[in-house]
Amino acid sequence: MRIELRDIKKHFGPVRANDGASLQVNTGTIHGLLGENGAGKTTLMKILSGYQPYDAGEILLDGCPVRFSSPAEAIRAGIGMLHQDPMDFPPLSVLDNFLLGRGRGLAQGRHEGEKKLGELCQRFGFALDPGALVNSLTVGERQQLELMRLLSLGVQVVILDEPTTGISAPQKTLLFDTLHKLAQEGLSVIFVSHKLDEVEALCSRVTVLRQGIVAGEAVAPLSSDQLVQMMFNQRLSPSTRAGATLGEVVLELQDAAVRTYRLNAEHMTLQVRSGEVIGLAGLEGSGQRLLMLACAGLERLAAGRLLISGRDMTHEPYARFLEAGVAFVPAARLEEGLVPGLTLCEHAALMTRTDDFFVRWRDAEAKAQRMIGDFNIVGRTETMVQELSGGNQQRAILALLRDDLRLLILEHPTRGLDLESTRWIWGKLLQRRERGTAILFTSTDLEELVEHSDRIVVFSGGVMSAPVDAGKTTVEELGFMIGGRQR
Amino acid sequence: MSARHLRLRGAALALLPVLLALVFTTAILLVAGANPFAAYGNILAGAFESPRKLADVAVAAVPLLLCAAGGLITYAAGLWNIGIEGQMIAGALATTWLINALPLPSYALLPLSVLAGPSRGTLWGLLAGVLRTFGQVNEIFAGLGLNFVATALTNYLIFGPWKPPDGATMSGTDPFPQAAWMPTLPNARMSLISFALALIAIGVVYGVLRGTHWGLKLKAIGLNAQAARRMGADTTRNMLLAFAVCGALAGLAGSLQATAVYRRLIPQISGGYGYLSLLVVLLSGSRAEWVPLVVFFFSVVQVGSPRLELRLQLDSSLGGVLQASVALFFLLIRGLRERLEGKRE
Repeated sequence: MRIELRDIKKHFGPVRANDGASLQVNTGTIHGLLGENGAGKTTLMKILSGYQPYDAGEILLDGCPVRFSSPAEAIRAGIGMLHQDPMDFPPLSVLDNFLLGRGRGLAQGRHEGEKKLGELCQRFGFALDPGALVNSLTVGERQQLELMRLLSLGVQVVILDEPTTGISAPQKTLLFDTLHKLAQEGLSVIFVSHKLDEVEALCSRVTVLRQGIVAGEAVAPLSSDQLVQMMFNQRLSPSTRAGATLGEVVLELQDAAVRTYRLNAEHMTLQVRSGEVIGLAGLEGSGQRLLMLACAGLERLAAGRLLISGRDMTHEPYARFLEAGVAFVPAARLEEGLVPGLTLCEHAALMTRTDDFFVRWRDAEAKAQRMIGDFNIVGRTETMVQELSGGNQQRAILALLRDDLRLLILEHPTRGLDLESTRWIWGKLLQRRERGTAILFTSTDLEELVEHSDRIVVFSGGVMSAPVDAGKTTVEELGFMIGGRQR
Repeated sequence: MSARHLRLRGAALALLPVLLALVFTTAILLVAGANPFAAYGNILAGAFESPRKLADVAVAAVPLLLCAAGGLITYAAGLWNIGIEGQMIAGALATTWLINALPLPSYALLPLSVLAGPSRGTLWGLLAGVLRTFGQVNEIFAGLGLNFVATALTNYLIFGPWKPPDGATMSGTDPFPQAAWMPTLPNARMSLISFALALIAIGVVYGVLRGTHWGLKLKAIGLNAQAARRMGADTTRNMLLAFAVCGALAGLAGSLQATAVYRRLIPQISGGYGYLSLLVVLLSGSRAEWVPLVVFFFSVVQVGSPRLELRLQLDSSLGGVLQASVALFFLLIRGLRERLEGKRE
């Protein structure tokens, strides 16, 4: 089936996720969709698969305009999507999941379904037990199940969103074989990814998105240079700030590993000195967050050692990390950072380290007032934090941190903030660094990373690179590394 | 909108559920062919016609105040502690056991027996807490399960080891020795000590939630456990502590029911006050300062509605319908309000 997206627009409040994106996918091809975080890849695909409504534009299937109001309609028209996080029902069995979405009658046709599932498994070389519960499967197996479910529903177009994150190497090979097979059979495959080598190995044609619009297209044979150029197209201004004087080693990771269901981050080795700023680059979900949580004491190491100021903290609880002067500022301000429903003053009291039984409200009030003054927060001490703007929430989180931090870990510290707030917040952070705090931060903005970091480490699929000197790196080098390649 | 307007609107929205509940109950009465005014009049008369009845209202208020005080603590921490009923029973069992086991003079026996309740209630509460924090069992199921266990245990003890010499009945054990009776007002079941303890409890909980670091931590955990943990609040420890304190207060309520009201162990010693206290907490908007008023309303309905049966041949459970529908309409209005305000944003 030939697909054409014309000038698709989709806004989320002030954010333009798709700002006039167009795409053509031909029958029987594997089409790559490439782009950095927030480029609008997933939004565009959710629109195509009927998962999300769009503001403007047109979708044509084999030349006929269509408009889907639900994924079920899209599937009936022949378009199915495998989401990045499997959208299945873990407490149900493989067969139950397989049967979902089919048939309108009361009878489920379990027997028939089981036969069909068996056939599909055999055809692609998958090994799934129909009776097994989905929550006992690996991510790769759940992906196989969802793929077979969509195929059994007769889809002609399969969209895969970052399908290789969290699956094993053999599963990846099997998946790629399957996709080749499907394309040969005349299905169209859209492969959304940020991994250059996968796109190069698999796709005959690639569309690159940047900031919601199409930055360019390329056909096989693909060159990494060209793709990186299209993905990141920006020139970095070299860092102008003076290097800080570095003190003793504050954080040391020795061959550390963090393992979760979705992702394993292995062999992380890093030394951070007092006063140093380390930027963590990489696409979302490549392992940066695991590293940050581990360094903050919020996630346990599965292997290796972690030292704070020379003390082994590998098995210490979070409270010890707090005492040692480590703080973590999460990106989700209202979910992890602040407590909606409490006022600034109550936050000030909550963060006060004391053994007192009673709250000294007058002191808390004064502290909150000081925070508001020092950090230019637009709000009052009795303002509930959820009523603050995003920039003011971030200022409040930073204002609540104690002064004598050894290590400050920030996840996307300026995400969603305007230029003025961004500059303000970096001013405050660099003040801390001058007082000797080591800073570890993530950002999707290469400019921000290069501007403020001393060194940058890049994550790709759970693999952490050796640190590169922020003063000497180039956008191409970082782009290659984010795409999982060495230059 | 001015502050005065907001306050007025707040008051109107608080009264609306009561009004709707009255309309609803009136409709039921009309369908049943009863005179609604006579019914409501009888409930009020049943609660206020004599000093003795008025004392009964206070008697009903004691377990409600204690259990609601405990419920406020766990509710602040975001826990649906449905196990209050069982914690109350556990307290009554411990008290009965102690009175049976220790033949002491009154001045020693009374304080000890009243202390036995909270200590056992604490353990019972902690059990639900441990299941929740370490066993990943939702506190609703843990609490409900433990309630059944507590009820079964009571029945076993009444019909087994603690049965009266002349045979077990549903009316419970033999009365306690006089030394274990909590002193009450003449000709009434009301104990000033119980009433004072209940008022102190709700006052203390008010202070804890308003003015202590622990109370603030509980609120933070209840509103956003993840952020509270990041800010350094030990969620596990504080949740367990909340369960323990709630268990202690509910256990005290059970003790007082045994020593001051029934003066024996009966099968339904908790009388549903544990469950009812959850409605009180909900209706008060989990604010301690509103709890006494709500408790007063519930106690009046509780004491007044049996008269419906005597005078109007209506089932006394109508009182329960009234209480529950107030709570339901309260939740409904709150949900509607949140939806409306959420839409406006």
